[in-house]
Amino acid sequence: MALRSLAIRKAIGLGKSVGLGLRGLQTVTLPDLPYDYSALEPAISGEIMQLHHQKHHQAYVTNYNKAVEQLFQALNKVDTSTVVQLQGAIKFNGGGHVNHSIFWKNLAPVHEGGGEPPHSSLGWAIDTHFGSLEALIQKMSAEGAALQGSGWVWLGLDTEFKRLVVETTANQDPLVTKAPTLVPLLGIDVWEHAYYLQYKNVKPDYLKNIWNVMNWKYASDVYQKECP
Amino acid sequence: MAAAATPTSWLTGQGLGGRSPGFQFPWRSKELQRKYTGKAVYGQISAKFELKPPPYPPNALEPHMSKDTLEYHWGKHHRAYVENLNKQIVGTELDGMSLEDVIIVSYNKGNMLPPFNNAAQAWNHEFFWESMKPGGGGKPSGELLELIERDFGSFDRFLEEFKSAAATQFGSGWAWLAYKANRLNVDNAVNPFPSEKDKKLVVVKSPNAVNPLVWDYSPLLTIDVWEHAYFLDFENRRPNYISVFMDKLVSWEVVSKRLEIAKARATKREMEEERRKKEEEEENSEDEAVEVYVDGDESESE
Repeated sequence: MALRSLAIRKAIGLGKSVGLGLRGLQTVTLPDLPYDYSALEPAISGEIMQLHHQKHHQAYVTNYNKAVEQLFQALNKVDTSTVVQLQGAIKFNGGGHVNHSIFWKNLAPVHEGGGEPPHSSLGWAIDTHFGSLEALIQKMSAEGAALQGSGWVWLGLDTEFKRLVVETTANQDPLVTKAPTLVPLLGIDVWEHAYYLQYKNVKPDYLKNIWNVMNWKYASDVYQKECP
Repeated sequence: MAAAATPTSWLTGQGLGGRSPGFQFPWRSKELQRKYTGKAVYGQISAKFELKPPPYPPNALEPHMSKDTLEYHWGKHHRAYVENLNKQIVGTELDGMSLEDVIIVSYNKGNMLPPFNNAAQAWNHEFFWESMKPGGGGKPSGELLELIERDFGSFDRFLEEFKSAAATQFGSGWAWLAYKANRLNVDNAVNPFPSEKDKKLVVVKSPNAVNPLVWDYSPLLTIDVWEHAYFLDFENRRPNYISVFMDKLVSWEVVSKRLEIAKARATKREMEEERRKKEEEEENSEDEAVEVYVDGDESESE
């Protein structure tokens, strides 16, 4: 596709390989947080939120853009080896961007509904699939605690079978790498950087407290869109 | 090769083509025996693995690695691995094995059993503390430096490769300088035509708890790149942490010593292999002798 557009651009005399400009290589940008850095305290400290957002997520954004730029050039030059070699960086940084963008929306200050249990169809679906909200929370916390190394724990919706699932992914793999039919409703970052400054190695405490700022409204909205 | 198999399972020689039922591949079983009764360098022969303190007090690596980091990293993380490992293996068949054997067995050729993570992390961290020292850094010397220059071109090139491996280990894991002897570059495949050239230094990286023992390499140096190792001191600036580690913390004396041990081990193994091959040849010729029939006409029977 990139080749064709480049060929077309060349044909109408507009293209130079430097001119990714016209059709435009779309880059991603760091989304703003919908709340202040300190708004999620005491569950998650302001220091962590700031570092997590401004340093970690920003790094994923920057490096993803860099990798995609290199990919674009490699595609244009039909440099297949480089295209393949870049996949690792794209998966890692792109995944990091995707996951964290969802994560910020998954959290909300208490005074804006953080921690309020889900009602309506999502609440009902949770009761059906897991027995109760407590059971789901326990399951997700347990999986998060058991995860070795870096990764995420997700509440996902299998859009094919209209079924809720709890899944874990390693490193920055987005949920969709587990199955293309999975849509993330909630994700919890269990990389050490997500909790270390505040909780040190006591990951289970982080996993207990994060539910106090969980934004079930977002999860409900996504769920209702997929299962109207 | 079933590293996870108990020593006896190779002794039946089933399916090995035309051998008599009781036939053993003596060198195979000895190899496995060596694995299971090998030198317990770091572990203890009991279910009570102990948490060894680093060979320096917690503030000794300041300002390059803070006292806080040492206290959390060793006092909480490392301790938890050791304690949880002991809980996991007590009363099981892993109980009583050396730490290195627990690692190899629970690695299970990549299909890790539950104790693997704790066992490998316990080993990795002890190895890590001993890889550092106050006033460390600088350059190696002697044979180690020679080998580095031979296998990487120059010390600076080695440094580049090591730092790059440490920086590009996505997520949690470790970067290593290791000595490999007669192993192909793919996991633990044995090199069928070993030569002097195959004994060399390599830089490798591994995810989470994996370490080069499972590929049958001899680790010489490691850096922990799990976030907990550098987060308090460097936040997300992993490359800075790696540079400081190499410039100010590495104990090249320890690395040199480990190299000596690794080379000795490789030589010993070679001699063992030679001996085995000779033994096998002798056994073969014995077998042939047995198959000669005394009844004249049948002397050429198969």
